[in-house]
Amino acid sequence: MSLTDDRAALDQWYTLGALQDFPAGAEVPSRLLGEDLTVRRLTDDVEVRAAGRALPVRTDYGHLWTSFGTPERDLFELPESREPDRRWIHCGPVRVRASGLRLVENFLDLAHFPYVHTDILGSEAHPEVARYEVEQRRDVDELWATKCEFYQPKAAAASDEGQISKYMYRVVSPFNVMLYKTPPTAPDRWDVIALFVQPADEAVSVAHAFMLVIDLTSTDAELSAFQQMIFVQDKIVLENQRPSLLPLQPGRETPTRADLSSVLYRRWLKEKQLRFGTEPRTDLQSTDLPHA
Amino acid sequence: MPKLYDYVLSGSCYKVRLLLSLLGIAYETQAVDFFPGREHKRPEFLALNPLGQLPVFEDAGLVLRDAQAILCHLANTYDASGQWLPRDVRFGSVMMWLSFAGGELMAISGARMIAMLNYAGDLAALQAKARAALRLLDDHLADRAQAGGLWLVGATPTIADIAMFPYVALSHDAGIGHEDYPAINLWQRQVRKLPGFVGMPGVPDYF
Repeated sequence: MSLTDDRAALDQWYTLGALQDFPAGAEVPSRLLGEDLTVRRLTDDVEVRAAGRALPVRTDYGHLWTSFGTPERDLFELPESREPDRRWIHCGPVRVRASGLRLVENFLDLAHFPYVHTDILGSEAHPEVARYEVEQRRDVDELWATKCEFYQPKAAAASDEGQISKYMYRVVSPFNVMLYKTPPTAPDRWDVIALFVQPADEAVSVAHAFMLVIDLTSTDAELSAFQQMIFVQDKIVLENQRPSLLPLQPGRETPTRADLSSVLYRRWLKEKQLRFGTEPRTDLQSTDLPHA
Repeated sequence: MPKLYDYVLSGSCYKVRLLLSLLGIAYETQAVDFFPGREHKRPEFLALNPLGQLPVFEDAGLVLRDAQAILCHLANTYDASGQWLPRDVRFGSVMMWLSFAGGELMAISGARMIAMLNYAGDLAALQAKARAALRLLDDHLADRAQAGGLWLVGATPTIADIAMFPYVALSHDAGIGHEDYPAINLWQRQVRKLPGFVGMPGVPDYF
């Protein structure tokens, strides 16, 4: 496989990992959108090259970002990164044999909590997803799901008891997503948990989970272990989902009312004419095809 | 209270968590940031285990490393029935399979770190070693099933079964499915039925 020709995918920012994953002086191989890359960290600068060409680089939010194309916007805003009492937790790259879009969609889903994260993020006695709201914010080109609530036996590393967690979800680009969630110890603020997906190939992704949390008691190891546990519970489900590429063709998968955010996400991907990581469609006339 | 230095995604720590749960032993854990923090290679941890490996288990002044050794200690100390570590003719066979679980089968662990956590190494070579180990195990369990046996050694589960289960069950993470190992699948179902069984992330629930 070689670099995709999908314009919508090329013109985006992608993370290649936390800056701390790239030791100074070392040359680290990576992969993005079907193409091999090399990352070289100099003392202050980071250089990303693919096929002899230097790619643009950003180092916001403790991560290394790059793009093959010309992103329409700069990187998303993350005001919480400027709050001094936040703990920054990098959970490390985890490779998943699934489309990155599947990872994002799974991250947006509340309904699987009782069944995949049993007795942690949900309980089988409380499976109902209450009505929530979704919107496409056209000024920033982001998707938001708000007013989400879910009963959680163990909402976070610091939880001693169950709680009704409030959630907001925010999709800032097709492969980058985050959620805001009630911290057990600071009910008036929001923890931020981000999932930055590096789509290596159409059906192979590297997930970079990153947290900006309010927690005075847990160790870094406990915070990271909690998030890794949750993510690896998802990984086994994601790797067994078929088709492994995200279907955008009507009728291939049937959403329910709980899947409002997924419906909006798929509609948004179609609007962008994104193809990388999606199942090839057979319902379009050749003149309608995004690459035609 | 006994204390386990633990990493949630470690199959070797899971060996210990599983036997602790089956024996109903209360214990505390201390999370070690194995990945991505590599806390097990820092001086404070190396003072506990100079090999820089998980798990480490503290119990009544003892500081033990090596999952297999810890399983022996737990069975020896807490299992009055002697079932988990039989001191009769079965002892040698239990030790033999215990050694295999901590030896040849660990190719799955190596392959899993490369496939899942981006570690450097020769994935194809480790997968081949892992498949050879699973083949040998499946043949043994098929022989046992032919003779009416459900477990690796003798008529009851032993610590050999507990040492073996985690990396067999986690082989998907290493890119190795279970479809070629029918006797292993039968045996995995027996392990899951044990009272007090606990899983871990990555161990499939759909058996």
